[in-house]
Amino acid sequence: MPSLNKASLWLRRQNPGRASVFGIPLLWLLVFFGLPFLIIARISLSEVVIGLPPYSDLLSWSEEGVLQLRVSFANFLLLFEDSLYFDAFTGSLCVAAVSTLLCLLLGYPMALGITRAPAHWRVPLLMLVILPFWTSFLIRVYAWIGILKGNGLINNLLLWLGWIDQPLKLLHTDFAVYLGIVYAYLPFMVLPLYATLSRMDHSLLEAAADLGCRPLCAFWRVTVPLSMPGIVAGSLLVFVPAVGEFVIPDLLGGPDTLMIGKVLWTEFFNNRDWPVAASVAVALLALLVLPVMLFERFREKEQEA
Amino acid sequence: MTVKRPNLVFSLMAFGYAFLYAPIVSLIVFSFNESRLVTVWGGFSTKWYGALLHNEQLLGAAWVSLRIAVMNATLAVVLGTLAGVALVRFQKFRGRSALALMVGAPLVMPDVILGLASLLLFVAMEQLLGWPQGRGMTTITIAHITFSLAYVAVIVQSRLVRLDPSLEEAAMDLGARPWKVFFLITLPLIAPALAAGWLLAFTLSLDDLVIASFTSGPGASTLPMVVYSSVRLGVSPEINALATILVLLVTIGIVIAGWSMQKRAAT
Repeated sequence: MPSLNKASLWLRRQNPGRASVFGIPLLWLLVFFGLPFLIIARISLSEVVIGLPPYSDLLSWSEEGVLQLRVSFANFLLLFEDSLYFDAFTGSLCVAAVSTLLCLLLGYPMALGITRAPAHWRVPLLMLVILPFWTSFLIRVYAWIGILKGNGLINNLLLWLGWIDQPLKLLHTDFAVYLGIVYAYLPFMVLPLYATLSRMDHSLLEAAADLGCRPLCAFWRVTVPLSMPGIVAGSLLVFVPAVGEFVIPDLLGGPDTLMIGKVLWTEFFNNRDWPVAASVAVALLALLVLPVMLFERFREKEQEA
Repeated sequence: MTVKRPNLVFSLMAFGYAFLYAPIVSLIVFSFNESRLVTVWGGFSTKWYGALLHNEQLLGAAWVSLRIAVMNATLAVVLGTLAGVALVRFQKFRGRSALALMVGAPLVMPDVILGLASLLLFVAMEQLLGWPQGRGMTTITIAHITFSLAYVAVIVQSRLVRLDPSLEEAAMDLGARPWKVFFLITLPLIAPALAAGWLLAFTLSLDDLVIASFTSGPGASTLPMVVYSSVRLGVSPEINALATILVLLVTIGIVIAGWSMQKRAAT
């Protein structure tokens, strides 16, 4: 094949059009998506200084004309030593994992229900799942404030029914954060699940029934394994962004809701400590590399199928 | 036995839809509430819509957001289409896996990381190159393009994969140059994907709070930024009115899209 290889190389050199098709987006993404991560890594190793930009240079010329390299691991040590960061990381992972599970438990019957609905109902039902996603995320989270707060809809209803005497504290709790995340990310779970479930061959279920498998058993041993690609894709689409979520814990969570996205935001905007914010981002990235890679592998496979 | 489970499935599904729509319905209902207290019904009124129309800050921010969103969507469609075409049609080229990774990663990357990363890049570029000077609409737009082009690329990819290559091959056999084939054959065939990608990129940009907050500068507050700061101060009926208008616009759009989808499926 070497001659063919050479020929294709020659052809490629002859064709600047082809090079620009992949070259332009590649260049854009390298500059605006790849490069920033190097910069984050660099700034996470510097120290906070007063000035603009508020971080120290790694390389500097000393007075004797010596090029100095100052690398500070203090920010990363801080992440390990100060329990705030550790708790925020574990808190985020826990919230994201539980919310993903809840999304799956609610999203699966929804996706299954859509595939089993009469054919002319399917498109409208799908549209109804997609519609909230197109309206503002921020405003949908905000809607829960009116429902959950002390004199909000739920408390008013329960008081009116006489079930409670005192308004319950629902807003600014961990419960509200779970609710908000499940609510906001539910469409991301339903859509990939629907995509795999709708491709499923229905005769497999009939075969299982003929072989004496009860519906629940057929569901567990046929439907669930076949929909695994949708389960994985949906779970990753919920889990990874939920770990770094800022808006929901900020608006619905309480002062003791510790999530890493909020910590990063506070370090950056309130404490103006860019190096610590950068090191939080690096740690978060390290945490998410595995799930993101998994998602990527998975998407490639889906693309080929 | 066979009847019982679908019932469970459908009742859970109904619960899911109620869960998705209850907050939206409550927003719409209370946008017509006379009382300033969002959760106490004080009679029907449309005064908050009037107040919304006179809220200069919100309107100004909406204008900023719209301009960013249009600019973003247009450029994201161009770049995303190139990326999608490259990933599907060119099986091997140097940097393919890098491109695939960078197209996939923004789909799941948390906003706070994307925002911080973009901002630090802009600050470093300003230091080294003197551009961009300060931050504002341009920097927000660039950051938005970077993540929304990924969504466009994914949509274009999935459309291209399902496309029958024989039409393009026929054109090529008849002697059309690759660019001509692309513009005369491929582009019209993937036009629905481009439209969907444009709308998605537009919506993502219009909706983004976190990345815009990081990459914005003085004088460039987007609509979500203004909504966020007013929501932090407490519940405001004007936001309910804004939400209702938004839901109405989106519903019209979705109904049209769904109608044309069903029509296409029927033919």
